[in-house]
Amino acid sequence: MYSDDYLYTKEHEWVRVENGEVTMGITHHAQEELGDIVFVELPEVGKVLAAGDTLGSIESVKAVSDVYAPVSGEVIVANDLLTDKPELINQEPHGGGWIAKIRLSEKSELDGLLSADDYEAYLGEEKKH
Amino acid sequence: MNSETMKKTPLTEVCRASGGKMVPFAGYEMPVQFSSTMDEHLAVRRGVGLFDVSHMGEVFVTGPDALKLLQQLTCNNVEKLKDGQIHYSGLMYPEGTFVDDLLVHRFDERRYMLCVNAANRDKDVRWILEHQTGDVQVEDASDRYAQIAIQGPKALETVQPLVDVDLSAIKYYWFTEGHVDGVPAIIARTGYTGEDGFELYVANEPAPKIWQRLMETGRPFGVVPCGLAARNTLRLEAKMALYGNDIDNTTTVLEADLGWICKLQKDDFIGKAVLLKQKEEGLRRKLVGFEMLDRGIARDHYPVFVDGQPFGHVTSGSYAPYLQKNIGLAYLPAEHAAVGTKFAVEIRGKQVAAQVVETPFYKRSY
Repeated sequence: MYSDDYLYTKEHEWVRVENGEVTMGITHHAQEELGDIVFVELPEVGKVLAAGDTLGSIESVKAVSDVYAPVSGEVIVANDLLTDKPELINQEPHGGGWIAKIRLSEKSELDGLLSADDYEAYLGEEKKH
Repeated sequence: MNSETMKKTPLTEVCRASGGKMVPFAGYEMPVQFSSTMDEHLAVRRGVGLFDVSHMGEVFVTGPDALKLLQQLTCNNVEKLKDGQIHYSGLMYPEGTFVDDLLVHRFDERRYMLCVNAANRDKDVRWILEHQTGDVQVEDASDRYAQIAIQGPKALETVQPLVDVDLSAIKYYWFTEGHVDGVPAIIARTGYTGEDGFELYVANEPAPKIWQRLMETGRPFGVVPCGLAARNTLRLEAKMALYGNDIDNTTTVLEADLGWICKLQKDDFIGKAVLLKQKEEGLRRKLVGFEMLDRGIARDHYPVFVDGQPFGHVTSGSYAPYLQKNIGLAYLPAEHAAVGTKFAVEIRGKQVAAQVVETPFYKRSY
């Protein structure tokens, strides 16, 4: 379920790093918790964010959830497909349902993210509570 | 609340085994969702869905003075009910506000069953007992009954093979006593979804088997088990009030736009004087249905602004899965409550335009 090619956050986002750019979305677990997604508020391209800033929001039938920037940097692309097809996040959370690409400004921040194993262990911990 | 202190309904384990995501609700462990709230909602609009509503309370009021007591306690006119008929009503405080909203079932002049909200059950029973006069018995039978709601255009065809009565002879908001899968049952043509449907009241023990049988008879119609989340979006599209959100001990039956259950011409009942006065003087506020004009989903408790001034909050708000619109209910000043009136809902710090619309948002066409 959770690819070793990605890194993860405790806020249930994933990132894939390529040439100093980060593609990010929410994890399978996050979309499952939210349920049917009906609206995605995307970040503005060009916006500069610090890690942990609110990047956008996702609304499902039952709840609204903020999406946080997993790393600091400038938003270079947002996935406009989600405007008309928000359900892509439910269908392909780790693929076609990506949310944004960010130009990474602090490469060292990646060291603070979770590996697939760590993320799965974290999900296991969360479940116990 | 942890799972040890939560009560189970006779169907909690069946729901869990069917993939229900269980949450605490009114003290019970209940399914909020099975596969998808959207799919469950649409199954009820297009085919049929099953709901465990065993948490609802059943209170029997019997005896020569039962009618008199219920006339005094509730705002609808119980005298108009015929044997086997049901009406929606309010259990009233002297302020004309709600102790609870409920369904009153008349078996005969001396025997009634009230179906009340789970969270209000103890309070309701206390209230009724405090006002008990004459020759009347009040029995909280909730723990003896499971309740299954079968809702949707295919509800009748789903239930009919399992019962020994002709369901087509039961009109909407009427009921009969019969057998479901050989088990004695109260079979009511009621529901909380805006669709045709039935609510079956049976003893606890046979309930899981009846649930499984309904899953079988409903299979040709695509039956799915449905959770509390779909129950909420369905009732909201039909503009059916939710106690604790849209109505409570601070909202009068008139403000809640439920004048049709408030029979001010009947003899004295608790709350009548205040309601008569409110009707004469005019309402200060009124519950309206609205649609979002701009993007954004109004959710429960989001602040409402009228002409730039704060005025209460959204009492119920959601994406409406069948209508594919963002809808909600809110109390607006009476002079700003007409259809077409624009106002704003504050969604995560931003004011987003909304407009009062005709209700119900959804009305079935059959």
